[in-house]
Amino acid sequence: MNFELTDERQMLQDSLRRYLSDTVTPELLHKATEAGSGHSDTLWQGLSEMGVSGALFSEDDGGFGGTGFDLSVVFEEMGRVGAFEPLIESGILAGGLIAALGSDAQKALIEEIVAGGTILTLAHGEPGSRYDLAHVETQATATDDGYTLSGRKSLVMAASAASHAVVSARTSGDRRDAAGISLFLVPLDADGLEIRDYPMNGGGRAAELALTDVTLPADARIGPEGDAHAALETAQARAICAQCAEAVGLMDAIKDLTVGYLQQRRQFGQPIGKFQALQHRMADLLIEIEQARSAVINLAGHLEAPRTDRERHVSAAKNLVGRTAKLVVEESIQMHGGIGMTMEYALGHLAKRLTMIDHRFGDADWHLERFIRLAAA
Amino acid sequence: MDLAYTDDQKAFRDEVRSFLDEKLPKRLSDKVASGKRLTKADYEEWHAILHDKGWLGVTWPKEHGGTGWDAVERHIFEMETTRANAPRIVPFGINMLGPVLMKFGSDEQKAHYLPRILDGSDWWCQGYSEPGAGSDLASLKCSAERDGDHYIVNGQKTWTTLGQHANMIFCLVRTSKEGKPQEGISFLLIDMDSPGVSVRPIVLIDGEAEVNEVWFDNVKVPAENLVGEENKGWTYAKYLLTHERTNIAGVGFSTAALASLKRIAGLEMQDGKPLIENPLFAAKVAQVEIDLMAMATTNLRVVAAAAAGQAPGPESSMLKIKGTVIRQEINHLTRRAVGPYALPFVSEALEDGSNVEPVGPDYALPAVQSYFNNRKLSIYGGSNEVQRGIITKAILEL
Ligand SMILES: Cc1cc2nc3c(=O)[nH]c(=O)nc-3n(C[C@H](O)[C@H](O)[C@H](O)COP(=O)(O)OP(=O)(O)OC[C@H]3O[C@@H](n4cnc5c(N)ncnc54)[C@H](O)[C@@H]3O)c2cc1C
Repeated sequence: MNFELTDERQMLQDSLRRYLSDTVTPELLHKATEAGSGHSDTLWQGLSEMGVSGALFSEDDGGFGGTGFDLSVVFEEMGRVGAFEPLIESGILAGGLIAALGSDAQKALIEEIVAGGTILTLAHGEPGSRYDLAHVETQATATDDGYTLSGRKSLVMAASAASHAVVSARTSGDRRDAAGISLFLVPLDADGLEIRDYPMNGGGRAAELALTDVTLPADARIGPEGDAHAALETAQARAICAQCAEAVGLMDAIKDLTVGYLQQRRQFGQPIGKFQALQHRMADLLIEIEQARSAVINLAGHLEAPRTDRERHVSAAKNLVGRTAKLVVEESIQMHGGIGMTMEYALGHLAKRLTMIDHRFGDADWHLERFIRLAAA
Repeated sequence: MDLAYTDDQKAFRDEVRSFLDEKLPKRLSDKVASGKRLTKADYEEWHAILHDKGWLGVTWPKEHGGTGWDAVERHIFEMETTRANAPRIVPFGINMLGPVLMKFGSDEQKAHYLPRILDGSDWWCQGYSEPGAGSDLASLKCSAERDGDHYIVNGQKTWTTLGQHANMIFCLVRTSKEGKPQEGISFLLIDMDSPGVSVRPIVLIDGEAEVNEVWFDNVKVPAENLVGEENKGWTYAKYLLTHERTNIAGVGFSTAALASLKRIAGLEMQDGKPLIENPLFAAKVAQVEIDLMAMATTNLRVVAAAAAGQAPGPESSMLKIKGTVIRQEINHLTRRAVGPYALPFVSEALEDGSNVEPVGPDYALPAVQSYFNNRKLSIYGGSNEVQRGIITKAILEL
């Protein structure tokens, strides 16, 4: 066993950390929050120049990484500064699905994703699907020369920045069947597509999509008909790995901020960090954050494992990170007092973003039950 | 011991219910139920309705225009009004300043200010905390210097809740630097329209601007606005804090929030079934309900033990801690219940009369906001750490 990063990953981590801590200022985050695209053009460009998206793809797919540890290195750094660039959407979800299932012509897009010139997203969740990956009601009907898609897609992140979405739709089966789900590459300016775009808690923008007889050519389909569920699950596993690593980065940043505040804030003639009541709670936070880091390492190390093994680690990490996120958010706000509740202070954004991690890809309880089911299987 | 209400108490409950049926505007209860923003005018409307009935001074004795209710009657009123989704009574005049003036104010102050609290002429806010003085309130610096028949006030207050609506602020100010810090503090009433007062809103993590910073730059305050004696303000402030804590358990709010949680969890579908039927989620809801059932009784035990008109002693710290933990847990479960729709942040949809539709169910954003906003419950009015300190010293004598 060896818990050291390889030299390449260490270099990636070092240069990314340096770049992000120099670049991501409160002003940049504020501008990104206000931006219609839902992210920072400056940051996106800088990350593209560093080739960060390349770390999300394997060499075979045109990148230089793609393993669980590549993802965790990148996203821990993104979390540390509270950035919300559409890397998960474009590189891991949409890009990952194209890499897994796409035709050669479709795979040409990966080069553009890696270069950062094109942003893609995944439109999979629906108004009633909650965290159920198999829940797809959007219908794809075969026509003479392609398909028409009708239905609704919900919480499509980065839709305002993306040129295309990978859209899931049912070509057969019932609304909650794993079989019968197909994927399509849909330009976001397609006829019949209505988009309602809005800001999110914790940063970034998402959109509700209404598709009414959106007409697509046959070659818009990604992968075989009706057989996308397994690839969606794999892409989601990778996204969860990235997201959990981001959460650990957020936790580290929040911990540092809180420790700094405990040292600096004085009440009753001494730094509040001298009160044992707070010291012990800070010590507990440190323990839980290290546990979260280990859960992410476990997941990253099993991301290429056979399905059941991999998914047990997915649910284990998502459960533990979800629980820890709540603890870290609540305790850090509490130990700051009033200042911890304001949007003017850095903790506000970080705490909201960390809280929202539990509302995507399944919350801590949902993954606890899933872990039990996977163990029984 | 008898846990049942007496016939009189039952009759009182029915009276409160029929009053609410008749007089609580549906427009207001709809807003409260759906988590929409309440305006200053909304609060004033509700205060006026209660005042008409003689029910605004819930904690006040009859001689000052209050209800004269005992602990059980107040409990019944709290449970019924929260259940009916009435707006809360803004506490600063009624629950905070009122009792202080009644006990320590001059006859002129009582005659002038108490009726104005009831009839809505004044909207008060609380100027205790400062950037450097939170838990350690006695270290406050905002100064008032005597100059003939005036005080000249300089300094800053912060976290002033709803200060943007207020025309009056009651402040703790430093009038002396001699002796212990507690011994140089005075309790001063300041007109917010005085020259030199400025107010800046602070946006909290729920996205709303409910608190403010307030600055005083050579503000002239008439000496008759001093409450009680100079340099005795700390005694009055502590008296006020114990009153602030009488309703701190928030049993009514928690009961209403629990009902809302169950309703939402009944509507949200997870894996093909209503979330409330999910055993893991149902267990968590049941757990907090069990805690709340006991809390209601703990609350009544403590409140009833205090002599009529008196605030409970250090036991109120117990109510504060457990009451806020329970309410925050309900808020947490409600946030969880809304699932992915916790993400959209379309705050325009909270504005009454706006034609912006929420994304997802209309209860989603208010659920997230309550979760974030109610982190304050364990911070203000003496943080839960400070309350534990009080229990340790005053009850356990450790
Ligand atoms: C939403 C909101 C509304 C408010 N409204 C008002 C208002 O209307 N008027 C007003 O005057 N004030 C108001 N407050 C201020 C509130 O009373 C203070 O926030 C509170 O007293 C805590 O002070 P602080 O924020 O400075 O935190 P600090 O006192 O700096 O405390 C920071 C942390 O240290 C802990 N701590 C402090 N001392 C000790 C100790 N001895 N032992 C162990 N732990 C300790 C605290 O518990 C907390 O966790 C409001 C606050 C909030 C958040």
